[in-house]
Amino acid sequence: MRVGKIPGQVVRLAIVLIASLVVLLLVRARFVPESFGETGHYRADVVPAIAAQPIRYAGMQACAECHDDVAEVKASSYHRGLTCEGCHGAAADHVEDPVEATPAVPSGRESCLRCHEYLGARPTGFPQIIETIHNPMEPCAGCHDPHEPTPPAVPGECSACHRAIASTKSVSHHWSLDCETCHLTPQKHRENPRAHLPEKPVAREFCGRCHDRAAESAATVPRVDMADHGGRYPCWQCHYPHDPEGHS
Amino acid sequence: MNPLYEHLESALQRVSGFIYPNEVELHWGLLVVIYPYITGLVAGAFILASLEKVFRVKEVEPTYRLAMLTALAFLIVAPLPLLAHLGHPERSFEIFLTPHFKSAMAMFGFVYAWYLMVVLLLEIWFEYRADLIAWRKQSRGLKKLLYWILSLGSKNTSPEAIAFDRKAVYAITLIGIPSAFLLHGYVGFIFGSIKANPWWSSVLMPIVFLFSAIVSGIALVLLLYYITSMVRRKTPDMPCLNKLATFLLIALIVDLSLETLDFIHRLYESEESIEILRRLIFSKLFLSLTIVQLLLGTIGPILMLAFARFSRLPDEMKRLVYFVAAALVQVGIFSTRWNVVIGGQLFSKSLRGLTYYKLELGGVEGLLFGVALLVLPFVILYVLVKVLPPWEDTRPSEST
Amino acid sequence: MPDDRAACDRRKFLHDLAKLPCATLLLGVVGPLETLATETEEGEEYYAMGIQVDRCIGCGLCVQACKTENDVPQEPYFFRTWVEHYEIHDDGSATVESPEGGIHGFPPGDDDRDVLRSFFVPKLCNQCDNPPCVQVCPVGATFKTEDGVVLVDQDYCIGCRYCIQACPYGARYLDPRTKTADKCTFCYHRITKGLLPACVEVCPTQARVFGELGTRSSPLHRMKRQDSLHVLKPSLNTEPKVLYANLDGEVR
Repeated sequence: MRVGKIPGQVVRLAIVLIASLVVLLLVRARFVPESFGETGHYRADVVPAIAAQPIRYAGMQACAECHDDVAEVKASSYHRGLTCEGCHGAAADHVEDPVEATPAVPSGRESCLRCHEYLGARPTGFPQIIETIHNPMEPCAGCHDPHEPTPPAVPGECSACHRAIASTKSVSHHWSLDCETCHLTPQKHRENPRAHLPEKPVAREFCGRCHDRAAESAATVPRVDMADHGGRYPCWQCHYPHDPEGHS
Repeated sequence: MNPLYEHLESALQRVSGFIYPNEVELHWGLLVVIYPYITGLVAGAFILASLEKVFRVKEVEPTYRLAMLTALAFLIVAPLPLLAHLGHPERSFEIFLTPHFKSAMAMFGFVYAWYLMVVLLLEIWFEYRADLIAWRKQSRGLKKLLYWILSLGSKNTSPEAIAFDRKAVYAITLIGIPSAFLLHGYVGFIFGSIKANPWWSSVLMPIVFLFSAIVSGIALVLLLYYITSMVRRKTPDMPCLNKLATFLLIALIVDLSLETLDFIHRLYESEESIEILRRLIFSKLFLSLTIVQLLLGTIGPILMLAFARFSRLPDEMKRLVYFVAAALVQVGIFSTRWNVVIGGQLFSKSLRGLTYYKLELGGVEGLLFGVALLVLPFVILYVLVKVLPPWEDTRPSEST
Repeated sequence: MPDDRAACDRRKFLHDLAKLPCATLLLGVVGPLETLATETEEGEEYYAMGIQVDRCIGCGLCVQACKTENDVPQEPYFFRTWVEHYEIHDDGSATVESPEGGIHGFPPGDDDRDVLRSFFVPKLCNQCDNPPCVQVCPVGATFKTEDGVVLVDQDYCIGCRYCIQACPYGARYLDPRTKTADKCTFCYHRITKGLLPACVEVCPTQARVFGELGTRSSPLHRMKRQDSLHVLKPSLNTEPKVLYANLDGEVR
């Protein structure tokens, strides 16, 4: 077997090679998925298939269509940003069949504490309680309507909300000072905290009222010469007022 | 309880520091360690074989055919660990149907096919063609048919045809050397190109893989040549063994230098990941990296080879030292693969903690299956050697 | 428009090049150049998520909702989204934890005196615009859709797990039931119906914001305008589409 000047062994090899290449190409043409490569290097068909996956969370709007009364109350409460299914669980099945599938109604304290138990890492100002001292054993819903959770009575203590600051201050040299000593707080802050913010002292002279050499305060209060101590910096650049000397 | 969850639960308890929650499961286990180990042996054995053809290193001629058959036996097994580790082996053909050209892994199919078909099989075929024809003439029955199929019915043993075979082998070897570099260099690229993983991501990775491949390949052929000579009750050719030992020594030194360069580079650049990598090396990888890979698998063999090669030891002693050194090298290179593959997954990509890997005994990812995969190439090699004897003294076509 | 023509020719060249089996390396090198040459296409429908770290209260409702909505295995080794808790100490060291991905929230810890600052960080697939997972998938089973979401084709994935290795964020897992890779889809089945992703839907403090990058009137756009934004591991050039506001430098 010899074709022109090509040696016989090469011809034989070429036949085997070409035969296997043809088989490979045929197989490829047969098995590549039809929609592959239409929009990129993937099966285009899979995108609508993934988009067709059933939903489990119906979304707040779906809830409001029937429960418009609750939705209305909630919409003007502190819980307005909270979706219904956050507490009641996924409810797409309830939307489909309101009789057969009923969403859970959480009771007790557990589900509220998930958000409102005091954690140091939670942002300042987010309402938090310490479970063991905040009306222990009382179900939350006894005092707070979950759809309008504004406390029935305004908080008595600043620490009800500013737990982190209160606990820091309680072991600092400023432990004996009332919050009101430094923060002039409008009464309305207790009812609507974000709308009526307390004042924060900014001037050096404010601290000087106790810490200046000439100040009329107890002898145990540390004194500095307000004229040259710390140069041009405001006091709180170096001294955190809730823990002025550091705690360690 | 699902054994996977049971395994993950115990792994979670052994995590130290912080890891991303999805990182409890370690995804590439023993099988993926075996895969680069085997392809390394293929590439190394082939590169050794090509020394004789391209660079005319006459001393290693006795090992040429053995090295080629070894490369083939291991190359046939190379895809098996990969296939076994897939979640859907039955879909693996998709790599050929719709290969994603930006994926290093997709290139596996092509590099593998190229290397197997174009390089190894072709070269072996041309090398053995005249012998196949001779064996066909000598044998009868099924064996005759087998040799007829293997020779593709070729009959021409004229001096021109034989001369063409020689030229073809030479040409294929020329293509084969870069191909062998490609085969294993690309395996290194699979790891080296993962920017998410600071232990893998290194431009040196393909080169380090390549040289460790050459080391392991030479060591394997040395071991096989020694063992087969013993089994056949022949004295191994001493100049050949000496040459192999020299090559092994050089390759080991280059390999060690590259690894050291990589290590110093990391240490000197001291990037974000250096702290967790330091913890990794001194805790989880201490045994397999420092003790096994470095001391036992690299420095030990270098000292032994250097001593035996240039001393006046009697030949029997030399052979024994070579043998032990080559065996240690195999252990060392295997733990090199282990340290790359497993080591790269023993720390969290958050760089804040170490994960946990436990080698199971049974199962597809287990030790027994891994050992079986490592034994399989030798079984295939045994069959290949029976069908295509590589020995000089059994060649039928000496006279032609 | 000579520049456009050049870009077009380059694209065609790259496309032709891609047909060659040995083009991997070349493409790997030329590919990034192409992204330099052409503007990123941020159309109307190009989804992204914003995370306002200082609003997260660590309640874990998002983790729970995600598992429910997407039928993620309940075992704590598989997460499409999870929440990490960071504590930075006086000596500068950081402690990070994510017990069961934060799915049950976080227990009140000891009131550590040496904590300088602490916070929660929600994590999920970053839906990278330059996704390493898509780059490495050998068969095209994971891909970026035209609206920018990275998805996985469960019927095509071969389960090689290369994408899991390539993800710098630990956002992928192997679903033990299907033996295929899986991860967050931005709740693709929801957003294409005009709903919010489940995690965004249930987030009580709007720490998670979802929207389209091209839309100017959206909470996401407001966040982009008002906050200092950051992405995770920017040095890896993955171009995440999950944007973090007020992110601490300790977060990786």
